[in-house]
Amino acid sequence: MLELRNVSKIVGSETHIGDVSLKLESGTLNVLLGPTLSGKTTLMRLMAGLEQPTGGSVHVDGQDVTGWPVQKRNVAMVYQQFINYPTLSVYENIASPLRVAGVAQSEIDARVKQAADLMQLGPYMDRTPLQLSGGQQQRTALARAMVKGANLVLLDEPLANLDYKLREELRAELPRIFAESGAIFVYATTEPSEALLLGGNTATLHQGRITQFGPTIDVYRDPADLTTARTFSDPPLNTIPARKAGKDLLIGASQRKAKLPAGASSLADGDYTVAFHPHHLVLKSPGAGALKFTGEAAVTEITGSESFIHVDVDGARWVSLVHGVHTIDVGARVDVFVDPRRFMLFAADGQLARSAQRIAA
Amino acid sequence: MNKTWNNKAWFMVLPVLLLVAFNAVIPLMTVVNYSVQETFGNNLFFFEGVKWFREVLHSDRFHDSLLRQLFFTGTILAIEIPLGVIIALAMPRQGIWVPVCLVLMALPLLVPWNVVGAMWNIFALPDIGLMGYSINALGIDFNFTRQPVSAWFTVIIMDVWHWTSLVVLLAYAGLRSIPDAYYQAARIDSASAWAVFRYIQLPKMKRVLTIAVLLRFMDSFMIYTEPFVLTGGGPGNTTTILSIDLVKAALGEFNLGIAAAMSIIYFLMTLLVCWVFYSAMMRGEDE
Amino acid sequence: MARIEFDRIRHAYMANPQTEADYALKELSMTWEDGGAYALLGPSGCGKTTLLNIISGLLHPSGGAIRFDGADVTNLSTQARNIAQVFQFPVIYDTMTVRENLAFPLKNRGVPRDEISRRVADTLRIIDLEDKADRRARRLTADEKQKISLGRGLVRSDVNAILFDEPLTVIDPHMKWQLRSKLKELHQRFAFTMIYVTHDQTEALTFADKVVVMYEGEVVQTGTPAELFQKPKHTFVGYFIGSPGMNVLPCEVSGKTATVGGNKVKLPVGAPKDAKTLEVGIRPEFITLTGGKTGIPVKVSRVEDIGRFRIVHADLAGKEIAATLPEGSEVPASPRAVFDPANVNLYADSWLVEAKG
Repeated sequence: MLELRNVSKIVGSETHIGDVSLKLESGTLNVLLGPTLSGKTTLMRLMAGLEQPTGGSVHVDGQDVTGWPVQKRNVAMVYQQFINYPTLSVYENIASPLRVAGVAQSEIDARVKQAADLMQLGPYMDRTPLQLSGGQQQRTALARAMVKGANLVLLDEPLANLDYKLREELRAELPRIFAESGAIFVYATTEPSEALLLGGNTATLHQGRITQFGPTIDVYRDPADLTTARTFSDPPLNTIPARKAGKDLLIGASQRKAKLPAGASSLADGDYTVAFHPHHLVLKSPGAGALKFTGEAAVTEITGSESFIHVDVDGARWVSLVHGVHTIDVGARVDVFVDPRRFMLFAADGQLARSAQRIAA
Repeated sequence: MNKTWNNKAWFMVLPVLLLVAFNAVIPLMTVVNYSVQETFGNNLFFFEGVKWFREVLHSDRFHDSLLRQLFFTGTILAIEIPLGVIIALAMPRQGIWVPVCLVLMALPLLVPWNVVGAMWNIFALPDIGLMGYSINALGIDFNFTRQPVSAWFTVIIMDVWHWTSLVVLLAYAGLRSIPDAYYQAARIDSASAWAVFRYIQLPKMKRVLTIAVLLRFMDSFMIYTEPFVLTGGGPGNTTTILSIDLVKAALGEFNLGIAAAMSIIYFLMTLLVCWVFYSAMMRGEDE
Repeated sequence: MARIEFDRIRHAYMANPQTEADYALKELSMTWEDGGAYALLGPSGCGKTTLLNIISGLLHPSGGAIRFDGADVTNLSTQARNIAQVFQFPVIYDTMTVRENLAFPLKNRGVPRDEISRRVADTLRIIDLEDKADRRARRLTADEKQKISLGRGLVRSDVNAILFDEPLTVIDPHMKWQLRSKLKELHQRFAFTMIYVTHDQTEALTFADKVVVMYEGEVVQTGTPAELFQKPKHTFVGYFIGSPGMNVLPCEVSGKTATVGGNKVKLPVGAPKDAKTLEVGIRPEFITLTGGKTGIPVKVSRVEDIGRFRIVHADLAGKEIAATLPEGSEVPASPRAVFDPANVNLYADSWLVEAKG
């Protein structure tokens, strides 16, 4: 188990990591999700011992390892760039951590072969990294991290430099490999969809702080605050300011009146932010109780199976993600519907006040 | 806060600190010591305050050698920096000629200082030296041991020959770091070769060129062996630049106080100029 | 803006190409219509950047001719072709302000000063950088820098086409959305001819009216996003577009019925006589998992919940398939897969068998 207790990293006057506490169990996959410069890489470097915290402590299986150098910690790291030894063969690249550890040749053979098979590198063992495609190079780096038998494996946006489809394939394989090894895996990414596909747990990062940590799908469905909800929504989250007054919810600049959704009646009157996911904003009424908004269509994007309709409603720019091909002219009036049971309400300080209900689509 | 401190790392720095102390700080302190005292030998010293400094700053000899130094430094910078950049621009960016060019460029840098001085001394001799003889053969009267102009010409040519390569290598490294997309974008924007140089290559070379200027500036203040071997500061005092003058004062005339004061003045001047130049170049680079 | 025609264009990077495989771009004739928004989609090394560089004139093709509005430009330089290009990594002139960056291509072309300032002001408004016009360009964020690169193209009134070479690579997901819809909006407002190279299907499909899918130096299919999704002409297109890609299952065909692992599937067409391999293609979105009596029995191996929907991976007669499940619904006990008959495609030797007439 890896535990960070109130870890912070302050460089000069800048807080790179602020008061992070996190417990990661062995055999779990943990995603660090946040935009560029939110502190993902720094946090990983602190976990690895490549950097020392300016405050707080790092514990492995209950033992305080703060200040221990990376060599003593048994960690493996894979980066966005494909980092391999350029003059060594794929075999030697994968074997390198075992050679350093002085493992017997027969065992090296067995472990390299196992890792190479897992990463589908069998046919390329005698090539050097430069003779490989980007995907194969990154597989080599991943195999090297696997073979080391590290307790902690850190993956810093490992698929970002790969083609979309290769990314998809490797991403599907990774959780399987994670499950087999029993190590703690930490995977940094900027993309919400990647976090969802990987599953496991997710910690959302914003300006060097962890805003929420929990099972990935729960963080996605019930974000603790507005920042987390925004970080974890792709396409961007739809939001609109609203005010609760007695039994009514007054939505948007036009104070559009709506019945309070269930579970919101106990909330104090005042200002809130209404938020919901783009796939809950649809073009056909999803049933009784749905709210209708009339807006002006901006851009329509079509993926073949789905359409993203950007629509300006009451001063807010929303995205509607719907099945099928819908072409709507720029500037056209368009009716969009959302079931208020899907609403998340965030209080003025950004904390979640009411979560969305789980209902079948 | 339960801050964790680990002070072991300081031991790592210790060897370097000791080395720097022996190399720089102790000699420097000796010099500072000499600069404020008078000695008549026998290890007897008297405190003189800033007398030597005042004397140096008011002496014509110092002013003259300083002017000669500034002329020398200014001239070589004015030649070496643009020439280095031009050569770097003309060098191939890829292909088999790259290593060949790089080795050729590095050659002068590998020759020891005194050898460079001796080489150019012989090369420039008006009767048997290839350069000296050729210039005379063209009908130009050239004799660096007698004529100030010839002497200056030879000293500067020698320095340019020896050190332009350094500028070339630095500038070339800067140029190589420019991604192809920049050149392609410039072609798309119809930029002229001059505009490409002015708005892409020069800005990207700025950092390395700053370092090149600083290195050449400092080196030119320290340069001693080559001009000493070549001209010995002559004819007369015409090529006596600061370092040669300093050695003359210290070892030739045994004016330790004056020499020490001079060294400290040079040191401060070099430091000041470098600092001003560096901060001016780096202003607005990063925030 | 111009119509761009390729007349038997091909390109090899080596000096003396011998076989077909030596060509990075195999012989290609096609037309890029004036005002169209095109995406060139394919994996790395498929020749899409080669094709882009041939249009911009950064690369001279080994064979064939390229025409802008009927005029042969094969031997014209990049400058003379009046092309704008946005690169993968933002290219900006560091020492200049945003305004000077935009004015640069006009100054180089000797445009009068008052016209420069007028057009730069217009462009600043279009790319939403008016408030940062006099800031040093190097201080801006990656997405703002990409807008400047784009602006240097927009500012020229005589541009024939705007080319994009994976322009969103270094942009964060949230900014990607903004920048992408900005591009789309610009295209709808000004009808520039735009060609956008990417390996990312979402970017390609959302940006373009017409997507050109490339594979190993060849164009495999050109079509609208809906065509590529519903009727992929080649199994590669089916696999490459869609996430997860199309399920491709080996089958035997008699008449208009396919047999997949002993189960019958209705087909829209019959099989051609001389086909060596036959496969059924069906997208995960068109497979419904039911607990009923109809359909092909499957064994679920893995379920991924990605919020909007779930991806179910299952074993169908020894072959792994993927199906999607709407948000909130559960995987039925002893599930069966039902194929939507309107969206089953038949592939003979990897190419789509199309209905006649």
